[in-house]
Amino acid sequence: MKRFWGFVLKEFLHIFRDPRTMLILFGIPIVQVLLFGYVITNEIKDVKIAILDQSKDHVTIELTNKIISSGFFILDRNIKSINEVEDVFKEGNVRQVIIFESGFGKNLKREGTANIQLIADASDANTANLVVHYTMAIIGDFVREQNKLTGSPIQFVPEVRMLYNSELKGVYMFIPGIMAMILILVSAMMTSISIVREKELGTMETLLVSPLRPLQIILGKVTPYILLSFINAVTIIIMGNMVFGMPVQGSMILLLAESILYILLGLSLGILISTITKTQQNAMFISLFVLMLPTILLSGFIFPIENMPKILQWLSILMPPRWFITIIKNIMLKGTGLMYVWKETVILIVMTSVFLGLSIRKFKIRLE
Amino acid sequence: MRTILYLIQKELLQILRNKTMLPIIFIVPIIQLLVLVHAATLEMKKIDMYIVDKDLSSTSRGIVQKFESSPFYYVNHHSFSIQDAENELKKGNIDIILHIPFGFESELVKGNNPGLQLLIDAINGTAAGLIQSYTQAVLADYNREIMLKWASPGMKEKPLSIEITRSFWYNPELNYKTYMVPGILVLLVTLIGMILTSLNLVREKELGTAEQINVTPIRKYHFITGKLFPFWIIALFELAFGLFIGKLIFDIPIVGSLGLLFLFAAVYLFAILGVGLFISTLASTQQQVMFINFFFMLLFILMSGLFTPVETMPDFAQVINIANPMAYFMRVNRMILLKGSGFYDVLPEFISVSIYALIVLSLAVWRYRKTV
Amino acid sequence: MSEQKETIITVKNLVKKFGDFKANDNLSFEVFKGEIFGFLGANGAGKTTAIKILCGLWVPTSGDIKVAGFDIYTQTEQIKKNIGYMSQKFSLYEDITVFENIRLFGGIYGLSRQEIAQRAADLMHRLDIEHSRDKLISSLPLGWRQKLAFSVAILHNPKLVFLDEPTGGVDPVTRRKFWDQIYEAADKGITVFVTTHYMDEAEYCDRVSIMVDGRIADLDTPSALKEKYSVKNMNEVFLKIARIKPDQNN
Repeated sequence: MKRFWGFVLKEFLHIFRDPRTMLILFGIPIVQVLLFGYVITNEIKDVKIAILDQSKDHVTIELTNKIISSGFFILDRNIKSINEVEDVFKEGNVRQVIIFESGFGKNLKREGTANIQLIADASDANTANLVVHYTMAIIGDFVREQNKLTGSPIQFVPEVRMLYNSELKGVYMFIPGIMAMILILVSAMMTSISIVREKELGTMETLLVSPLRPLQIILGKVTPYILLSFINAVTIIIMGNMVFGMPVQGSMILLLAESILYILLGLSLGILISTITKTQQNAMFISLFVLMLPTILLSGFIFPIENMPKILQWLSILMPPRWFITIIKNIMLKGTGLMYVWKETVILIVMTSVFLGLSIRKFKIRLE
Repeated sequence: MRTILYLIQKELLQILRNKTMLPIIFIVPIIQLLVLVHAATLEMKKIDMYIVDKDLSSTSRGIVQKFESSPFYYVNHHSFSIQDAENELKKGNIDIILHIPFGFESELVKGNNPGLQLLIDAINGTAAGLIQSYTQAVLADYNREIMLKWASPGMKEKPLSIEITRSFWYNPELNYKTYMVPGILVLLVTLIGMILTSLNLVREKELGTAEQINVTPIRKYHFITGKLFPFWIIALFELAFGLFIGKLIFDIPIVGSLGLLFLFAAVYLFAILGVGLFISTLASTQQQVMFINFFFMLLFILMSGLFTPVETMPDFAQVINIANPMAYFMRVNRMILLKGSGFYDVLPEFISVSIYALIVLSLAVWRYRKTV
Repeated sequence: MSEQKETIITVKNLVKKFGDFKANDNLSFEVFKGEIFGFLGANGAGKTTAIKILCGLWVPTSGDIKVAGFDIYTQTEQIKKNIGYMSQKFSLYEDITVFENIRLFGGIYGLSRQEIAQRAADLMHRLDIEHSRDKLISSLPLGWRQKLAFSVAILHNPKLVFLDEPTGGVDPVTRRKFWDQIYEAADKGITVFVTTHYMDEAEYCDRVSIMVDGRIADLDTPSALKEKYSVKNMNEVFLKIARIKPDQNN
């Protein structure tokens, strides 16, 4: 046992002594949280638009002001002809052109209706869609105000309540995702690489002929990463809370326990990868391409699962982070207890046992 | 010059003979392309709605009907209990609750605001924003309908309305795939170029072969050229292959000039390989290289505008993006492929990337010398 | 010295520091053309540091050093043309074949295509590995790889070859065979500079220098050393020297 702890200590020193590894271990989570919190927003803000106003009366000017002062849009330029639209888009800065028909104000007054054309650069379909919707909402608002002035009754304006995230902060969505990603990165990728490294450099044989038992060797390699991952999880929770006000509505103990379960899952996955690869390079690429990217994309971290094609939805069932993200979102934002997340917890436990079982089998075969 | 050819020959042999790397270089990216493009959508499909209609008037039924017949909504729950509805929301089974209070119609007739309520699960802020705007649009539409219906005889004035026509250029069906394919291609080409280069060089350090090369009279820049050239070719090939797949499977438009695109990519890859080379001088083991790569890749990817538009990012992010090579190519690739932007449209980016490549490569070569 | 010998390596007051640690502490010695010069010492005595400096891989902290007539600070590239090097780590590419390795290094040293083909055939014939021409290095046994690595290191007929612990990890019989190869090279007039911590190998050298803690504790022919310390073999010489060392320091 003493021998085992000596080995663990050696592994720890190995990690701590390298500033680059430490930077990655702690730098990545911090940068990620900040990036996602501040940089990655799906909100529309400061989008550049161009306006072609063929009317220039007080109504179009008022409406233009309303659109510009919304904060969503910046007026990049006024254009004079429909022919300029193409050039403006090709330059690549302007995302929407708003065209007021000539005699806009007059028409609105006389006929009660007037025409606006919105042309969006839909090469970015997502943003184009959002931009057009935002613009329509502003115009809709404008119409409602005008109608109120003229005293038209029969209006129902819904009262909207945004639950769990009243300010629609993107970070609430991302923090659970970052946690899921970082933890699997550290636990699966780092462990697999550090085990395979010993194989590649031939030091694994030295270890295997030592009085340490194979299981102890693996445990020794893995233990430091359990602790590091755990520290990472706590760092992210604290940062989320201090910097972005991400609450922990539910039980902290449950949250940490689920995190540990997920870390164990990552480790068992890392061990499994290490048993099937021979070089660090391969282990990295498997971790990166087979694990990381699909994890980011199929876990519902950035893109909602329900919108994906059916095949991908099924595939996402196999993604551990998907379940973990659901669990922590529930605990942190909705404040639900184990009652609501027991199903996901069981799935994680089953996955962990399967990975462990597989790696033990693989490992045994190799030793025989 | 001949020395370089010998080196390139050796590099290519090593790559082509590696049974794990080859699929990683060529097959995995294609799978990635297929999966990522399908997965990376912010498009709304079905909104799960829970309706609590306590009014049961003809107006409230009209509203319910609107949602039930809309292709965007899936109304699978009705009850009179707002409590039940909130529970479902908590469980994550539904996205939105529409609550029509008792007395909705009569209040409306009296000209009061009858207190219609929308409760939206806002954990995903973006989705919630979209759900809100979709839903409000449906309600506003209906509102206008009843206004016109009820108002016609006695009203002095018709309510005002503005007709909005929308057109989506370059992508009228709002097919997000045409946007994602070029973006993912940039991602893949960058990943392959940067990671392969840096790993390869450090691998030689780790195995001791770098030292063997260093005692030979080979010139440093010969060695570096010999190292970088194969990856430059592979990455360009990867881009061509990816475009081909994108065209074949996703039918992405290729509006602009492919020559211009590859010219840009060629210069861009100098920058990327330079970054890879630079990273390799910072590390002595493959593990470290991977972590450093990982760190930079995450920054590069997330800030490049692959998923979210760069201009919505805060100012400091836009400043950081000057140093993010991916941001340039991300923009240019989409501009050329989707809109057919010409040389002059992408000239600013072209100049930036050229300068970038020059700086990074010289820096990397300089550092590479020092570590020897 | 009875006869006038031509020196090929001259080292005067070589010092290499890593921070406060002196890996090489004021080394001075000469290596003569055509001899097999052994650089002995325990692990960590500073052998590898010295060899890396002589090969131009590392820059010394101070000292005057000439290798093959060229200055170590200013003429590293000329030096590199005239030397061969084989390190304790594997110096061949494991994932390409025997012939491809020969071709690569031949190409790097600027041999012509014919020269490469000629010398490759020669080399493989001499080592009796023609049947393995197209096998990956990784599939060859360790002893073969070392022999091959050595042959590749002198493929371009250098004046001088540096061998850094060339026989690590192989059995005595294979080691003996490897030394036959070294003699062959020396017969062709190539000066051999070899580091090792196997004392039996010291007996094979023309002259040996014994390093202890970054200094040269003694330098002479094996027979002279054995006489001086009145022992039977080099191993005992080494033990004696290592034992005296603390007294010297005090």
